[in-house]
Amino acid sequence: MTLPQASSFAPNVDHLFDTLLALCTLVVVGVFTVMIVFCVKYRRGTSAERTPARSHLGVELTWTLVPFVLFMGIFGWSVHLWIRLRTPPKDAQPIYVVAKQWMWKVQHPGGQREIDQLHVPVGQPIRLVMTSQDVIHSFYVPAFRVKQDVLPDRYTELWFTATQAGTYHLFCAEFCGTDHSRMRGEVVVMAPADYARWLQAHAGIGLAAQGAALFRRLGCSGCHDPQSGVHAPSLENLYGSTVPLSDGSQVLADERYLHDSILLPKKQVAAGYAPIMPSFEGRLGEEDVLALVAYLKTRGTQTEKPE
Amino acid sequence: MSTVELASPARSYLEEGYGLRSWLTTHDHKRIAVLYGIGITFFFFLGGLAAALIRWELVTPAGDLVSAETYNKAFTFHGVVMVWFFLIPSIPATLGNFLLPLMIGARDVAFPRLNLFSWYLYVVGGIFTLGCLLLGGVDTGWTFYTPFSTMFSNSHVLMAVVGVFIVGFSSIFTGLNFIVTVHTMRAPGMTWMRLPLFVWSMYAVALVMILATPVLAMTLSLIGLERLFGVGIFDPALGGDPVLFQHFFWFYSHPAVYIMILPAMGVVSELITHGARRRIFGYRFMVYAIIGIAVVGFLVWGHHMFVAGQSMYASIVFSILSFIIAVPSAIKVFNWTATLYKGDISFDAPMLYALGFVGLFMLGGLTGLFLAATALDVNLTDTYFVVAHFHYIMVGGAVMAYLGGIHYWWPKITGRLYSEAWARFAAILMFFGFNLTFFPQYILGWEGMPRRYHEYLPQFQVWNVLSSAGATILGVAYVLPLVYLAWSLRYGARAGANPWDATGLEWQTSSPPPPHNFEQVPVVHEGPYAYRR
Repeated sequence: MTLPQASSFAPNVDHLFDTLLALCTLVVVGVFTVMIVFCVKYRRGTSAERTPARSHLGVELTWTLVPFVLFMGIFGWSVHLWIRLRTPPKDAQPIYVVAKQWMWKVQHPGGQREIDQLHVPVGQPIRLVMTSQDVIHSFYVPAFRVKQDVLPDRYTELWFTATQAGTYHLFCAEFCGTDHSRMRGEVVVMAPADYARWLQAHAGIGLAAQGAALFRRLGCSGCHDPQSGVHAPSLENLYGSTVPLSDGSQVLADERYLHDSILLPKKQVAAGYAPIMPSFEGRLGEEDVLALVAYLKTRGTQTEKPE
Repeated sequence: MSTVELASPARSYLEEGYGLRSWLTTHDHKRIAVLYGIGITFFFFLGGLAAALIRWELVTPAGDLVSAETYNKAFTFHGVVMVWFFLIPSIPATLGNFLLPLMIGARDVAFPRLNLFSWYLYVVGGIFTLGCLLLGGVDTGWTFYTPFSTMFSNSHVLMAVVGVFIVGFSSIFTGLNFIVTVHTMRAPGMTWMRLPLFVWSMYAVALVMILATPVLAMTLSLIGLERLFGVGIFDPALGGDPVLFQHFFWFYSHPAVYIMILPAMGVVSELITHGARRRIFGYRFMVYAIIGIAVVGFLVWGHHMFVAGQSMYASIVFSILSFIIAVPSAIKVFNWTATLYKGDISFDAPMLYALGFVGLFMLGGLTGLFLAATALDVNLTDTYFVVAHFHYIMVGGAVMAYLGGIHYWWPKITGRLYSEAWARFAAILMFFGFNLTFFPQYILGWEGMPRRYHEYLPQFQVWNVLSSAGATILGVAYVLPLVYLAWSLRYGARAGANPWDATGLEWQTSSPPPPHNFEQVPVVHEGPYAYRR
């Protein structure tokens, strides 16, 4: 029983793991051998020579500095990998995940919805944008060597590129209440052609289109449409731009910013606008907010009017 | 040295009074140590029962022995009791209380009444925790993560939090007492660099206790505020930040790990020097390592939160600091090993515990490097790898050292000798039982089994069965000392003042010591562990 290596990270993480394991084994065997030799040779009653040894500064410094240098080496290697683990490539495909006690709900941009399952293609970087409806959960796929806590009212990200078709376990790794150990699912990795067929078969109304409908129904368009008479920030090409705020700072308009601007509009007010936007906190579930965010990301782009 | 010989040996502290009242109103640090010993032994076995329930449930993959709710309450109770009512007070409040004044040649601690008050706080905290159990328990895990603990759990969170809050003050007062005692009450000639390493470890741990524990008290109060009055601090639905709680919690709870392991390191330094009849190798470096661990221990809390939503750069900083704190631990292991060199080694039970400690602590410490490495921690955190890692430190390390210390100083505390054969047997059984219980959990963790799982996938069963089998052996090994040590109280041979022929001021007074420790204030002329000149 060995853990499959099913993502592009897995071999790299395992390489570091194996190296550190070998190093530690070496240290353990070395120290144990020395201890056993001493314990046998200097056990009471033997005639071993016992002129008192003195502490030696050189010895102390050696076994202080050598571990230090080794540790720094492992640290550097680990950081190198860590930065890659935390930096999704630009072309990563976003998929949205909402966790709640005790299930995983997945929304694909094309409107496909799944519960406790996630379908992804081989070879395509995937970026999960995740949030929780209640307590903290953690999205954990051992075969990919990835894990990320999923927080209420906040987006966290996790990215990976699956490398092997197959079905892999998905666990909730952060204790979240009674049925925590049942909050499991599976990640189904498919060949690109199979994945395209799967998307086709499960297509619904696109997430952005759902968001567009919500945008009108909730009355957002009343202020934010270009024709509107209200002095409200324009949302065209907002996603990915830098927004100056009324307190003089700047913020990158990523998914988290869009989410917070809907639910907590007073948190970061765009420069030059009065803080008059009402909060939608408590009126919208996280899944609806995700649809709105998906729509806002298309505003002003060619994909704005899908279907 | 002394000019006045007393006609008859003084009465021992145990003979000062026999009624319950004489114990419950005592100001004698030795009696208070015994009171603590009784309390923590009770909680150790209670927490052990919860562990037994957990391991029994996990023999099969299905959740078939108890309900998920009961299982969650069992591991929460196990954690709360073992951390706050056993591990943290274990060595400091019993061995520390008993030995600190004796080792520095003092008649008592600086504030004897405060010392007794600490014990009462411990008892009151314990009553709240037991009350919480009787009312139906708490299911948040010992970490009380928000917003689950504040807004979602339907169990008795407040009761548990109050218990922990109170017992926290018990350790703050103990810490205060130790610091003042070491600063002001050392015997003539007992300079800082002549202090036994056990005293140094108590001093360092006392500093950590008084600096870190108040943060725990504040954090728990904030949980109470949010749960009772809905003040939004941690729950985002109320405008709070759940990750803030984790920062607060680990700002205390990571130093708390050092509250558990530093005293163990102190005990083991005493046991190994005596077992090998050698001066400690590199005394100064050992002292610096203790202080280094205590200080850097405050700066590594974020390594619990690499996947919690903390910034990538913060994680890098916490990672490097966690690697750095491993250096002094490595120094200590090397120095203990070097102390054996050219020794005159005997393998009495305390020495077996000490050698077992060094081995298990090393495995626990080295696996800590895997968790300090951010890229590996992503896969390992919140799995059984972490469970195995911290049990190697806290059970393999702290409990082995505690029991080794109890055996070593048992003749001093009780005036009786225990059965050496049984004691050696228990120590060896414990070592094997421990490894069989927890080594498989490293493998489970690497294979991806998350912790706190009531049900698990069938593929994990083999390792779980092995672990539960080991836990059974471990359980037996823990009951053995309870039996033969209790036996020795009545039937054990009487110990002389110094049955081990050991150095150290505590062995220069009678066993058990008189109420005020020394007939005459001792004068110190040399450093500790002067086994051979």
